[in-house]
Amino acid sequence: MSEEKNNIPKETLFSPKNKRLLSDPIGKENPITVQVLGICSVLAVTVQLRASLVLAIAVVAVMGLANVIISILRHGIPPRIRIIVQLTVVASLVILVDQVLKAFVYDVSRQLSVFVGLIITNCIIMGRLEAFALNNKVWPSFLDGVGNAAGYGSILLLVAAVRESLGSGTLMGYQVIPDFMYNIGYVDNGFMILPPMALITVGVIIWIHRHRDRALVDVS
Amino acid sequence: MEELVSIFVKSIFIDNMVFAYFLGMCSYLAVSRTVQTSVGLGFAVIFVLGITVPVNYLLENYIIGRGALAWLGPQFAAIDLSFLTFIMFIAIIAAMVQLVEMLIEKLSPTLYSSLGIFLPLIAVNCAILGGSLFMQERNYANIAEATSFGLGSGVGWFLAIVGIAAIREKIRYSNVPAPLRGLGITYIITGLMGIAFMSFMGIEL
Repeated sequence: MSEEKNNIPKETLFSPKNKRLLSDPIGKENPITVQVLGICSVLAVTVQLRASLVLAIAVVAVMGLANVIISILRHGIPPRIRIIVQLTVVASLVILVDQVLKAFVYDVSRQLSVFVGLIITNCIIMGRLEAFALNNKVWPSFLDGVGNAAGYGSILLLVAAVRESLGSGTLMGYQVIPDFMYNIGYVDNGFMILPPMALITVGVIIWIHRHRDRALVDVS
Repeated sequence: MEELVSIFVKSIFIDNMVFAYFLGMCSYLAVSRTVQTSVGLGFAVIFVLGITVPVNYLLENYIIGRGALAWLGPQFAAIDLSFLTFIMFIAIIAAMVQLVEMLIEKLSPTLYSSLGIFLPLIAVNCAILGGSLFMQERNYANIAEATSFGLGSGVGWFLAIVGIAAIREKIRYSNVPAPLRGLGITYIITGLMGIAFMSFMGIEL
């Protein structure tokens, strides 16, 4: 930190550059719709909003901390074994998160089953560690981690909200489709609960996102 | 024997890694531009899953599971190291990938040059870790069943990536709406393929 203080134009904690680190991944640098990282879990746990929320928080925690730890260690890690070091750091953090989830929200932890463990191989985390934390100072790395995890979490919640409200007529377990709709013949779309619909929902989100932001359109 | 075949077929079609659990999507989307490269990656995944799942099965049942250390003596029977599962599995996977890479380089340079770049990538392919975690969750009875599950999952992943690569090669000639090109349409096709695979779901083996 002392090194940072000697920089002549002193950077404040929330300078515009740092704010961009936090906000870009939520919009035009979104890890899921633009960088194509960390897709597996988005698709599998989004049947219910509650499980998605827990997973999103877990990923924010793991990613922020992992980025900080790798960034602190960045001068001491030999480049040849960096992947092993990163995996070890991430795996230890995920073990912590897993234990916490098992202790406090056991039912959600059962529901997420292997997907808590799979945070380790979530490519967002490895990707951001490689691309950012290894070459940047601690505070920007933390912001980058939290920003990317939030971008990931926002898509997770969006997909889960669409799937849960259309598929079971509830949000967070509370009924959102009023009873009179069912009385006049509305039926929940059971199809939305099935796994393939998660893919199609994400596909449509990408479509809308790129339609609004033409710079992202794939030209190849 | 019958049981092994049934696990194998089940893990290819019914519990397909990609279409039922969405594991290994990152490399599935990134490497599926041409059939040739996806065949290479597919074989590498079959190979690594076929090795890591049985090795992790042994690890789970003789070292880190609840009471698994009983073979050392009765005083070890109460030890439960299962909180170490993730870190041990990922260490085994990273080590195995490294080992497999060195072996292939030594034994078959041609295979190595075709798989070369993909092998290190596999260490962070979630289908591999997912395979081991599902193996743990489903409590397979013996190592043969675990191996059969590992190989079957690998073959299922192979079929999925080769299928999507073939479709993506063809779709280049179609007039897809511009914002949907590339990633978007790939998701939607994968979704449709998943729906097709769901027709296997009712089959009892």
